[in-house]
Amino acid sequence: MGGPEIERLIQLFAKVPGLGPRSARRAVLKLLQYPEARMLPLAQAMAAAARAVKHCALCGNLDSVNPCAICADPKRDHTMICVVETVADLWALERSGVHPGLYHVLGGTLSALGGTGPDDLNIRPLLARVQPGDVQEIILALSATVDGAATSHFLTDRLAASGVHVTRVAQGVPIGGALDVLDDGTLATALRARR
Amino acid sequence: MLCLLRLNLTDFRNYRALTWRPESRVAVITGPNGSGKTNLLEAVSLLAPGRGLRGARIAEFARHGGGGRWAVAARLRQGEAPPFDLGTGTAGDGPADRRLFRLDGAEPRTQADIAARFAVVWLTPQMDTLFQESASGRRRFLDRLVWALEPGHARESAAHDTAVASRNRLLATRPNDASWLAGLEESIARHAVALAAGRLGFVAHLNAAPLPPSAFPRAHLALIDPIAERLATQPALAVEVWLRDALAQTRATDAATGATSLGAHRADLAISDAATGLSASQASTGQQKALLLGIILAHAALIAEARATAPMLLLDEPAVHLDAPRREALFSALAALPGPALLTGTDAEVFAPLAHDASFWQVRDGDLVKAG
Ligand SMILES: [Zn+2]
Repeated sequence: MGGPEIERLIQLFAKVPGLGPRSARRAVLKLLQYPEARMLPLAQAMAAAARAVKHCALCGNLDSVNPCAICADPKRDHTMICVVETVADLWALERSGVHPGLYHVLGGTLSALGGTGPDDLNIRPLLARVQPGDVQEIILALSATVDGAATSHFLTDRLAASGVHVTRVAQGVPIGGALDVLDDGTLATALRARR
Repeated sequence: MLCLLRLNLTDFRNYRALTWRPESRVAVITGPNGSGKTNLLEAVSLLAPGRGLRGARIAEFARHGGGGRWAVAARLRQGEAPPFDLGTGTAGDGPADRRLFRLDGAEPRTQADIAARFAVVWLTPQMDTLFQESASGRRRFLDRLVWALEPGHARESAAHDTAVASRNRLLATRPNDASWLAGLEESIARHAVALAAGRLGFVAHLNAAPLPPSAFPRAHLALIDPIAERLATQPALAVEVWLRDALAQTRATDAATGATSLGAHRADLAISDAATGLSASQASTGQQKALLLGIILAHAALIAEARATAPMLLLDEPAVHLDAPRREALFSALAALPGPALLTGTDAEVFAPLAHDASFWQVRDGDLVKAG
């Protein structure tokens, strides 16, 4: 139905997280009603983003400049680094505006069952970032799961030698992955209740 | 008093489309083995969060040849309040291995919303072997009793088991990664102490509960668990530290055996007759069943007290192994119960003394036919 171009488009849309075959079909049909107004701008925006957006070499954030705008911002507190699992967590914290410092995206948590070890995560660069001695506090904002807690423990151990002050956001707050859906008040409480 | 007004099953196990109104608080369902009596009880058990009375996977519930989707819906009424609708099943276009809940047509915000309206307690023939089988069966039995009163217990249990499995894997793959292992052992210790505390609290609660007089022997429960033992005399934090350190000491031996030798997964439950002190494992089959029924009825009473809503009782083949006096005792206990009950059996005759309190049904070709 509708030729190979449409079928290809539906196949690609169905792979977008949150969409399935049915919703992909709906989205494509809707877009095709306005090829000039909706479709071409979308295609151009995607191409531009795919070319321009890169992981920040310092923190792992996604941005079209490297280092990212957060890392390059002189007004931010460069003595504080908040460690998160994903870029989505970083953005959620950023939207809430509760963290004045910098970030570090780990890329996940250690997982014995999932086969993710320390070398699979952005851990070595984190240890390197605290080496020069400018960083005074590392805030671990990882999920309250078994793997998240084990990762926090692991990082606390590894950071101990650097003399930097390591804190964890309050336990019992569902963070990491879930950070994205938390309201700002909960986030602010979690961050303030770190120890 | 909670009342089941109507039950609808769609493509659930052997039921293609069933609409059933039990008509009375207690319903007796009879039929030959394999006719689907237990399936009906299982469907009702799924109205509460969890894996139901068979512990089955979600994909197993779909009727063969039914397209893979299934639904269970009930209309219930609490006392004089207006009726409410509770349902579960797979979404029409969602994954077949995930089930959703509906409370009055909307998705409940949390499972606690369901727990506040509906609870269920069951007894199945598989539980008859509880006293012969391994400790894990008794532990699961105890944990299910605790969950029904304390929903957080299930989360602790899942996290504990994940931490233990992770530690076992890590001991096999990276036995020298001390910081990672210590991180997992910290989790095991925290969750194990929480589980032991939950179990201990429940056991004490049940042992001390002022129960309505019943002809069933009162059971005495005791936890066999070094963690619980320490919790009786030391603060929880001290026990956590002890367990964490003990786990660190056992890494080499645990790596050799491939199993974690300390934790909440090592506990056992001892059950005895409170009056005679006779251990359930030494009791006759009839005494064991009576002890179990005593625990189930006491549990139902505890839930009714804690939630202000009586749980629904699902008794699969409750009359098996019971002599005539104990059957009489069960029937009079059911008649005095504050909540609904569904009973199954192969022979309706056995339940004749319930004639005034119950409606009688026969399972026939995926339908329920009123009997007598
Ligand atoms: Zn950056």
